[in-house]
This record gives sequence, C-alpha cells and structure tokens, in this order.
Amino acid sequence: MPYAIQLINITKRFARTVANDNVRLAVLDGSIHALVGENGAGKTTLMEVLYGLYQPDSGKIKIHENEVTIRSPHDSIKLGIGMVHQHFMLVPTLTILENIILGAEDAKHGFLNLSRTTSRIAELADSFSLSVPLNERVQDVGVGIQQRVEILKAIYRRADILILDEPTAVLTPQESTQLFGILSELKQQGKTIVLITHKLNEVMAISEHVSVMRKGKIAGELDTAETNPQEIAQLMVGRPVLLKVEKDKSKTGHPVLSVNDLSYVDRRGIAILKDVSLEVSSGEILGIAGIEGNGQTQLVEAITGLLKPTSGTIMLNGINLGDLSVSQIFESGLAHIPEDRIKRGLVVDLPIKENLILGMHTRNEFSSRLSMKLSGIEQNAKLLIEKYDVRPPNPDALARELSGGNQQKVIIARELSRNSKLIVASQPTRGVDIGGTEFIHRTLVSERDNGKAILLISADLTEILSLSDRIAVIYDGRIVKVFSDNKVEESELGLYMTGTKGNGKTAALA
Amino acid sequence: MIGQIFSLAFLAQTIRISVPYALASLGGVYSERGGVVNIALEGIILNGAFCTAVGTYYTGSPLVGILCGVAGGLFTALIHAIVSINIKADQIISGIAINLFAVGITKFVLGILFHSSSNSARIRGLPHIYLGFIEHQRDVAHLLGNPMVLGTIAIVIASQVILFKTRFGLRLRSVGENPEAADTVGISVNRYRYYGVLISGALAGLAGAWLAFDQHSFTDGMSAGRGYIALAAMIVGKWNPLGAAAACLLFGLAESLQIQSQGGALPTQFIQMIPYVATIVVLAGFIGKAVAPGADGVPYEKEK
Repeated sequence: MPYAIQLINITKRFARTVANDNVRLAVLDGSIHALVGENGAGKTTLMEVLYGLYQPDSGKIKIHENEVTIRSPHDSIKLGIGMVHQHFMLVPTLTILENIILGAEDAKHGFLNLSRTTSRIAELADSFSLSVPLNERVQDVGVGIQQRVEILKAIYRRADILILDEPTAVLTPQESTQLFGILSELKQQGKTIVLITHKLNEVMAISEHVSVMRKGKIAGELDTAETNPQEIAQLMVGRPVLLKVEKDKSKTGHPVLSVNDLSYVDRRGIAILKDVSLEVSSGEILGIAGIEGNGQTQLVEAITGLLKPTSGTIMLNGINLGDLSVSQIFESGLAHIPEDRIKRGLVVDLPIKENLILGMHTRNEFSSRLSMKLSGIEQNAKLLIEKYDVRPPNPDALARELSGGNQQKVIIARELSRNSKLIVASQPTRGVDIGGTEFIHRTLVSERDNGKAILLISADLTEILSLSDRIAVIYDGRIVKVFSDNKVEESELGLYMTGTKGNGKTAALA
Repeated sequence: MIGQIFSLAFLAQTIRISVPYALASLGGVYSERGGVVNIALEGIILNGAFCTAVGTYYTGSPLVGILCGVAGGLFTALIHAIVSINIKADQIISGIAINLFAVGITKFVLGILFHSSSNSARIRGLPHIYLGFIEHQRDVAHLLGNPMVLGTIAIVIASQVILFKTRFGLRLRSVGENPEAADTVGISVNRYRYYGVLISGALAGLAGAWLAFDQHSFTDGMSAGRGYIALAAMIVGKWNPLGAAAACLLFGLAESLQIQSQGGALPTQFIQMIPYVATIVVLAGFIGKAVAPGADGVPYEKEK
C-alpha cells in the first residue's frame, strides 16, 4: 500500500529545546494512524511542521510519495492536508458557515455567494453525518459541534489527509463515540487520519498503527493489533507505569464539608447552581462528574470564597464559611487546587519559592512584621521541591518556565503543605502527562488515607472513576445523581452528564 | 425656542460637525476590526488636514488637496502599521507617539511654508453640487451639496456592506477576532491588518481634509480631540459602520446644541461640557454591552 505521508529525518529546534530530533514517520494511505506521547514529546510540533505552521530546520516531507515543500498552511491545504487543532481554530463571533468557508470563500467580484456555499456544505455534512447548524455563531454552540465544524472545514477544502490533535480531550463519552464513528466513515471514504492522543484506550479502539514519541524522538512504531496499552505506556514514559490507581477501600470518618441547598444566580440573572447539596467526609474522595460549564467552576468558587452564593450554606468542620474572607476560609482548613493553573494557581512571573508560600506568606515562619524571612522561604522551597520532585529543582526558577506537570506539582506542594482538612482538587491532571498524572493520583490517594476529605472535580471520567470513593454527577447546575461507589460504567455516567437520565430532578443525598 | 433650535440650519450644523467624526470613526472600525487599536487617529486627522491645506494652497485645486490629505493620512497610518504589526510594539504607545509627532511636525512645517506658528494661508473650499430646491438657504445648500458629505454617507453604507458581505470583510474580521484561526486557513494576518490600518489612515486623512476646507485653512492643533471622540463613537457603535456613524451624529448633535445654546441662561462653561458629558454618559451606558474584537490590540506572534 502506498504512503500518504512520509516525514524523513525532521528536526525542529526552538530557542532552547529540540522539539523534533531526526523524526521519521510514515503513514499508510487510507489508514488511521495514532501518534502518542507525553506532553512536550513533540507530537503537536511534528504535525504543525507537516501543516506548515512551523518550518523544520532539516528533513524532508513526502505527500503521496512526492517530495514537497510546505511553507504555510496555504501550501498544506493545497496538498489536501487538514488539521483539527486541540484548541479549535475557530472565530467565535462568526457563524459556523463563515468559519467553514474562511480563507476558501466562494465569492463573485469579492461578494460572498452564501446561498450556493450553504447548499454545498449541507451536502458534504450529509454525506459524512456531520450535521451542524450553519447559521449559528460558533460561540453559541458546544464543543462537540465546534469539532464537527473543524472537520467540515477540512473536508470543505478537499482534504484527504486529516490530522486531529487530542480530539476527545473536550468531549463526553457519547461525543467521543460519535467522533470515532465519523472517523471510521471518513476512513471508509478513503481519507487518511492521523490521531494525536495520549489516551491509550482510544489508540487501541480505533487505530491500525501507532507511533510513540518521547522527548522529541520516535520511541517505537507498532501495529495496534500486536501491542497493548502497557507496552505503549512504557515506550511513552521510558519506564514501567502503573496505569491503574492502587487504593484500598476508604475509611470514611466524620463529615468535613457540607454544602446545603447552595444556589447561585449570576449577574445576567441566569441560575448557575440550583440547590446543590453534598457532603464530603474525612478519608474519602467525592468525585464530581460533569461536562464543563454545568456549574462546577462556580461550585468550587463558592466553596473557596471567591464567589458569593445567592443562597445556601457551606460548612467546613462545623464552621459556616458564609461570612468569612478568603484567607479566613483557607485558615479554617481548606486547600484548593484550582482548575486554571495560570490564572488562579500561580503567579507565573514569580519564582517557585515564592509561589510555594502564596496565601501562607503572613505565617511566622515566612514573615516577620516588617520583612519576609528569606531563609524560611528558601528552606520551605527546598523541602517541597524535593518531596514533590519538582523539575528543575531550582527554587529561583520562574513558574512560567516550568512544564504544565511541574507547575501543577508546585501548586499541589503548596496546597498540601497548608495542613488542611479539605482538599478541593479541580481538574488536577489537566494537561499533565502520564508520569505526572500517576504521581498526582498517588498523592491524592495518600492524602485521603491520611484522613483528608477530598472533593475532586474532573472532566476526565477515567480519573473520576479510578480515584473516587463516591461519585456525584452535576448537570445544568444540579446534582442529578449520586453513586455510593465507583462501580458504574462510563456510558451510564455519560447519560446523567448529558441530562438524558435524571434530568430536572435533584438527587437525594446518598 | 425649540423650533428655532431644531431648524434646518441646526441640522446642517450637526452634519457639518459629524462628518469628520464619522470618517475618522469608520477608520477606527476598519483598523480595530482587523485587530489594531488606532488611537493615532487624532494625529492622522491633523496630518491629513495639514497636507490638504498645503496641497490645495500650492496647486489651487481642492481635488489635489484631498488627495494630499489622503496621502498624508496613509503615510501616518503606515508608521503606525509598521510599529504595531511588524515591530509588535504597544499600539497605544505608538498611537500617542504619532499624535505628539503630528502636533510637532505640522507646526514645524507650518513655520517654514507659511511663516506662521498658528495657521496657513487661506485656501479654496470644495465646490458644491447645485441643489435647486434649497438654494434660498445658502449655507444649508452649500453643506448638503458638498461632495464630501455625500461621499461620507456613501462610505458609511459601503463599509457596512464591505465588512459583512464580502470576502475582504470576512477575512478582516477573522484576523481581528482570532488571528491564529485565520493563519491556519492560509490568510495572511499581517497583510489584512495592514489593509485595516491603511484604510483607517485614508479615512482619517479625509476627516482632516474636511476640517481644512471647512475653515479654509490649516490651524495649529485643529484636530482638537476629534480622533478620540471618533474612537468613543466607534465603541458606542459597537465597531459597526452604521452604529459608529449614528454615534457620530449623536455627538455632532450634542455639539451643535452647545453652539446654539451659547448666550442663553446657562453659564457657557456648562454648555461647553455638553458634548463631553454626552460622550461619557453614552459610553457608560453602552460600553457594558459593547465587546471589542477578540484580538484587538494584541500583536500576532506566528511562532510562539
């Protein structure tokens, strides 16, 4: 079978790092090829070189066995290459139709010919089961639809090679299944698909071949049928990895956090949280499953004092948090791993050591009345960096210079050093690679075993299912279901998350 | 009293004041829809007015004067484009620098060419189109028959169509909202941003030409904050050509109300505040709902 893509000895350097080091990749025509690797392994860079967003420092590219030069996306589009980026490349204020045609408009004397375009796109959408509301603005539709728009965009440009960068990162299980259906359909019709991912179950489910990248190099090339997740993970990380979280049954103690009838109506008058009640006890992890944007962010902000609820009470260890300031709430026993590392978790232009004392900077070990105690801060940093294996192990490195996983370790190190009773962990492993995820999961479980109460909010169902002792599902600002253990199927959770099951009713507290 | 205020002359006055606002404000719309904040409008107007006066004075032709005004505007905008788009400097700082530069350079050349630090020699105005039905009201007829008034109305309508119905408009809006997205579909972000800024230069240059013709000369600092008012109108108009033009009419109305009311019962200081109070009130009332283009003012870095 001929090759659709051949990348031959591609090297791409950035200022200080080599993102792709002599990489060779060959993708068979009409196949689904998975490209896996940890964050920063160079997968996305490699595909962006192929798409013309970056110029390689050396190496050759062949498309359909012909050597080509790709200087910009303009060139790659002409060669029939389409890319669906991890962060969608859509213009939110434009309509779906405008987004699809952008850059490849059907125009007469400069005026857009929208009626002819509409019927052409409708036909395309039909033949690939990719229905989208063409006249809605992109900002008004969900991520699942946005992704279809991206795929349509590529097909509209007559792409026969489609690159998808972590396409399921933002999808529900149902949407992911639908996406895989679409991808199979595309393959049936002769398209070649490159799937960038780090979810091994997806690799096993849909790909025919796998290329594994580690630290900018190809670490292995495998036929999916002849490998297993364990082998792929080991190639990705460079050492054996525990894919399953090991934990014993929880030893649940007294309630630490109780939220009662919490409601929040935002400035526009929209009810975001509706009578949310939940309880987290010491020694247990309560996972909140839900599609993002169903009130999780506001629930966390209400508990951490960043947002004032419209009604309802939040008790931490019997203390009503309602009247306390944020710092008082933290002093009364809260630790918070925020969903947005950069915005809420770190001051990225400060060094690691200062980030490690944020919120504790008034404590005696770090501050006298007039000045900071620099030696205390330094001491604390050295201790935590060692304990949490932050790299580089340099207290003076700026937080912005760290990888996502190490930034997250800094936050976790700081929050767990508070000696809190309750840990609110929001998307704790988002954008963190397999090795880092393993570490964070182990840390959270050991905190649980030390008697902490943990509220886990995650869009990653695998994470929810493997860490939680109990699972609550949030949909449209309500807790619609509470499972008293974690023995539930992903698809079952998905039905509650999308409101298909349990809609409109607030679940009784289990 | 009311009838006297809202007379035909009052209407003409309002339009006379609104035309330069509208031209500059449309310029702002093109620039910012493409993602470049252009507070240099003020300096562009001033340079446009100066070049118009010089061109008209030396050739005796108002038409050549207008072309000089547009060229002066384009040149000034080109500086802003290079600094903002290629050098990726802070666009506000670039704008302020250009505004200060315009004040200095016009004054300097004014001294050389006209041996005056305050104003140029008198120049001819634009010839007007004969409008029979209203010729008994001479001032009004001259104004409504002014080709630049008619031209401005045409430009407002054309801009609305260009922005929302053409390929150019779609691409310009895309580079202002999400340049990464535009780049990935093969649109040259920088090229479209240049178009936006240069069109704004041409339009604000026209606004300057209007001022020079209106006063039959160039006077030092004659832009007098109009570039900033035009920006306010652009925001009130939510970055839409029709909206911006309507906001300019509103500001023009407030200003002519001020002129009409002088010598009345209220102290002049209060009356002189009217246009500015109107600006603040309208901005405070509308700005919550006005959302700027997503990447407005953010330089585009291709390889991060």
